[in-house]
Amino acid sequence: MTSTHYLVLSAALFMIGVFGVVTRRNIVIIFMSIELMLNAVNINLIAFSLQWGNSLGQVFTIFVIAVAAAEAAVGLGIILALYRNKETINIDEMNVMKW
Amino acid sequence: MMVDQVVIPALKILIVLNAVLVGVTFMVLLERKVIAWTQARLGPMRVGPYGVLQPIADVVKLMTKEDITPVKADRWVFSVAPLIALIPALIVFAVIPFGPEVSLFGRQVALYITDLNVGLLYVVSVASIGVYGIILAGWASNSKFPLLASLRASAQLISYEVAVTMTLVSMIVSAGTLSMVGIVNAQESQQVWYLFVQPLAFFIFFVGGLAETNRAPFDMPEAEQELTGGFHTEYSGMRFALFFLAEYANMIVVSAVATTLFLGGWLRPFPNVAALSFLDLVPAWCWFLAKTFVFLYIFLWVRATLPRYRYDQLMRLGWKVLIPLAIANVVVSGLVKVLL
Amino acid sequence: MGEWLLFYAFSLVAILASALVIGQRNPMYSVLLLVASFGASAGLYVQLDAPFVAVTQIIVYAGAVMVLFLYVVMLLNQPREDASEWDRTHPLRRPGLARLGAILAALLVVELGWALVRSGTLGAFTGDTSSLASVRTIGQVMFSDYVFAFEATSVLILAALVGGVYLAHREGSR
Repeated sequence: MTSTHYLVLSAALFMIGVFGVVTRRNIVIIFMSIELMLNAVNINLIAFSLQWGNSLGQVFTIFVIAVAAAEAAVGLGIILALYRNKETINIDEMNVMKW
Repeated sequence: MMVDQVVIPALKILIVLNAVLVGVTFMVLLERKVIAWTQARLGPMRVGPYGVLQPIADVVKLMTKEDITPVKADRWVFSVAPLIALIPALIVFAVIPFGPEVSLFGRQVALYITDLNVGLLYVVSVASIGVYGIILAGWASNSKFPLLASLRASAQLISYEVAVTMTLVSMIVSAGTLSMVGIVNAQESQQVWYLFVQPLAFFIFFVGGLAETNRAPFDMPEAEQELTGGFHTEYSGMRFALFFLAEYANMIVVSAVATTLFLGGWLRPFPNVAALSFLDLVPAWCWFLAKTFVFLYIFLWVRATLPRYRYDQLMRLGWKVLIPLAIANVVVSGLVKVLL
Repeated sequence: MGEWLLFYAFSLVAILASALVIGQRNPMYSVLLLVASFGASAGLYVQLDAPFVAVTQIIVYAGAVMVLFLYVVMLLNQPREDASEWDRTHPLRRPGLARLGAILAALLVVELGWALVRSGTLGAFTGDTSSLASVRTIGQVMFSDYVFAFEATSVLILAALVGGVYLAHREGSR
């Protein structure tokens, strides 16, 4: 069991998250894919924390989790405000700032 | 080695699960009896001597009832929601310490299934998973009253979760460890039950525990006069039974955790007073069960006595009163621990 | 032996759940599958000697953030994404940039497999891990070397709290 296995797993999860952000049109699903990417990064950090015997990776992961929670709260508030104004959550129709 | 690692934990899990499930069915009877006696009547008396076999009749009734699934309900989530409500209530018992290490049949057996070094946080994490069962049950029923009731119930749960978690943080400050067995050992070494060291934390934990298990006086989401039966309106038969099992199992969990944290777990009263050493004849797990039973009785007593809180009063109590008190308690505990 | 089994079981659940999060169309199921993915990650953290982070992940991510997502999905109430809008041809057959992206993705998969096969004992877990799993160590590091980050995160959470309440407030609904 080397850390390479965990890194490959984390890379795969990250790719799945990127694919979700790029492909899907539902804003909430895009947001969930961003959370997937953050989760993949966390796995990476913890694997390296174990490899070097340093607890710094775990401390950083806790900060990432806290920041992701704060960002999820604000992001979902923005989504709700957007929905109230435009009645849609299809991201292709959020083009009000285009010329 | 095989016996130590596989057979003994499996036996412990079987015993604990069976005890909990049987205990839950008899809790139903106990509740009806206690509330009846409080109201100067007798309660169930027909089935068996003094109604003792009533739970068996209840179980037979629930198992043979027709299992209705509403037509437009989401079938998968509708079936899975009672399980999501029940399983967290049962897996918490993996960290609850029923007694110290005893020697049974020539080997040292610890009277708890496992001792995680983050045991108290494990209890909190499992409690936060239990919210999903309620939300999904209300949403999957695809009907107005269950949806409203489930949103109210889950909002109540997540609000009081914060206050209860802050209380547990102040207990961690007092005990210096996160493991449940460690907290009981800390009470033994400090020669005092934490009930006397942290009375405010005990009060907040108990009120929060009442709200977390949707018990009176915080049972607005299940009140029949309000919401037709709450989030389990559309459930019948065995699935309804699973929700009830989950609620009573949650009650037993809150009582067991309160016993471990505040009442000294398996310790007998006054462990340092040698004159009372005849109390050592009672095994440690009996003390644990007795203290848990006292808490369960207080749950039932409160239900029979207090009127119901209105929903906005309930939320105001949780957010504006209990959370500031719990945070102040953490600060004061930290200061006392550092300065003394 | 048991270690490998656990690792592959948790990894399989995590990858399958994540793929289904983005691959299937009912947003409610996506939220529940993401909770399952976070649970599998927590299992991986326990295997990596990080029980505190595992429990924190369940409490914060799976227990609070995903409940928030669930509420928002229930509020927005969009049943399924319309599949007829999706492009159904295989990525390698689409013209132009999509084909380039598909080729790069296939290259990435090959590269990851090659790295896994050829790594050998490269990332072996060495180092003193005896005190790693203790919450005390994490607390000591966090409150001595990184206390500024801790305080800044608490201010960030306060800002997010105020912002979230303000953004979700409905006008004139007092």
